[in-house]
Amino acid sequence: MSVGLCLMITPMTVRMIDNWPMTSTHTTSAHPDAAVDNAAHIANMRSVAKKQRLQDAVFHRLTQSFSLLVLIALAGIIVALFYNALPTFTKFGIHFLWYVEWDIVNEEFGAAISIVGTVLSAGIAMLIAMPLAFGIAVFLTETCPVWLRRPLGTAIELLAAVPSIIYGMFGLFVFAPVYADHMQVPLQTLLGGMPLIGWLFGGAITGLGILAAGIILSFMVLPFVAAVMRDVFEITPAILRESAYGLGCTTWEVVRKVVLPYTQVGVIGGIMLGLGRALGETMAVTFVIGNANRLPNSLFSPGTSIASVLANEFGEAGGLHFNTLFAMGFLLFCITFVVLSVAKWLINRTEKAKGN
Amino acid sequence: MSNLYQKRKLTNLVGLTLSMTAMAIGLVALFWILFVLFSNGLSALQPSLFLNDTPAPGSEGGGLRNAIVGSLMIVGLSVLVSTPIGILAGIYLTEYGDSSKTAEITRFVTDIMLSAPSIVLGLFVYSVAVSTVGHFSGYAGSMALSLIAIPVVMRTTENILRLVPGSLREAAFSLGAPRWKVSIMVTLRAAKSGVITGLLLAVARISGETAPLLFTALNNQFFSTNMNAPMSNLPVEIFQFAMSPYENWIQLAWGGALIIALAVLLLNIIARVVFREKVKV
Repeated sequence: MSVGLCLMITPMTVRMIDNWPMTSTHTTSAHPDAAVDNAAHIANMRSVAKKQRLQDAVFHRLTQSFSLLVLIALAGIIVALFYNALPTFTKFGIHFLWYVEWDIVNEEFGAAISIVGTVLSAGIAMLIAMPLAFGIAVFLTETCPVWLRRPLGTAIELLAAVPSIIYGMFGLFVFAPVYADHMQVPLQTLLGGMPLIGWLFGGAITGLGILAAGIILSFMVLPFVAAVMRDVFEITPAILRESAYGLGCTTWEVVRKVVLPYTQVGVIGGIMLGLGRALGETMAVTFVIGNANRLPNSLFSPGTSIASVLANEFGEAGGLHFNTLFAMGFLLFCITFVVLSVAKWLINRTEKAKGN
Repeated sequence: MSNLYQKRKLTNLVGLTLSMTAMAIGLVALFWILFVLFSNGLSALQPSLFLNDTPAPGSEGGGLRNAIVGSLMIVGLSVLVSTPIGILAGIYLTEYGDSSKTAEITRFVTDIMLSAPSIVLGLFVYSVAVSTVGHFSGYAGSMALSLIAIPVVMRTTENILRLVPGSLREAAFSLGAPRWKVSIMVTLRAAKSGVITGLLLAVARISGETAPLLFTALNNQFFSTNMNAPMSNLPVEIFQFAMSPYENWIQLAWGGALIIALAVLLLNIIARVVFREKVKV
């Protein structure tokens, strides 16, 4: 490529020198016209240089302001949300976070129900997605034939590309009946009577609920966690893996005892990234979580998450209800911001270890 | 001794089989969703879908023309806005900012905005662009979508521009080109296909977003090209129709979902397969 560059530059450079503004070929330096031409030429060059400096300065400031737009947007989001949430926070105080109440008519609100629903559904999603993502990452990096890696990797990433509203429709119309018949009924008959965990599987069999939302969410989050895990597994130095193989380790042992400890920071970062996404997901959860403003008392009972309460109630909210919804949005943004920051920091640490 | 070896071999076999099962579960989920989409939505893909407007509650037939047109307009405006902003911001991060503190913080915040809950962005745009003017608008919807698209374009542009070899830039500098010309006419041109990939991925991302449009562009039952008023759009229509009790509404919702899914998947496959050498995903 550098050869090509040289071949490209040389004729261009020659042409530039050829086009050097000279009035005649036999002009001597003593000739008065040559001196004037030279001065004019230098002045011309200076003005061109000044013009270019100005253009560069404008370009620099323009691009800088555009890139600062993201920071400004973030600050704006925090300020706007907090400002609109202030009436609720001043009325209820910190007590708002664990107040179990959602009375629109009497304007008594508490974030506890929504927070519990959000955390539970996201937690279930992570519990399901973590081992699946780990398995997918192990398969893609260790056992998969090389020619199959890219198509399968793309297929998993297509799971991430599917819009969330389609997951919601899938969950409501297709998954819910199947889940009700083939998962909820057996779970309730098998484990419903057990002493310690029976209460988890009680409640009406509707096909919706916290567990359903968790399962649908896990498939949304799965590709992100799998992608991060696969990336960090791939940057494990080959010499570590080769030496383990050389000692006679099986593939599974190499993964568990060599790759996983080396990449554990990145793996945890990927898990937190998935958690951050799961916490903020709106449409898929709204379709299947059941939207009941009460604390769930089993895995099958309907609940609500912060995002779904926003989606459902914002259209017709007024007064303190309106401010409370902004307060919920503010809480959600803070929670996801913290989780995603930690995730990013952890993943960055792994990248630095690679020497990137 | 061989007993221990047998146990290790068994553990290996079980572990690798479980990981293959995990992969199979992921693929099954993908194909199940696609199958459901196609089987339910294909019957709705008739010319009437594109020629009629959304039906009133209880009335028969109808189509999604106003929703499709509205979505095209909102997404189109958003792409028009976020493309120059995102690309120029990406150029700044690569060429000028490189390792300065501001650039580090900007990259950090960009990555967080990539995964931030989109409904919160909708709330923000509501408080800034809707409650201030007193009515919903397609412009507010585009603004919300741009807030999602700009970080995507920034990130992919920056990643691509980093791959351009420094010798190309230095050759242009040595010829006396001003810095802005080098950035735009040399570096960006060399990374053209990668940047287009980033744009395609951003478009795919925002075409499917529902939550930001819920409180900004709202929805419109009628055909309208007025961006300064509530505008019909495909995702919110699907949301409204799917949760309704009307049969033709649910059928239209499946049709709309199929259209969105086809567009998104097509864009993704084009971006990842056709331009695969130019981007590291």
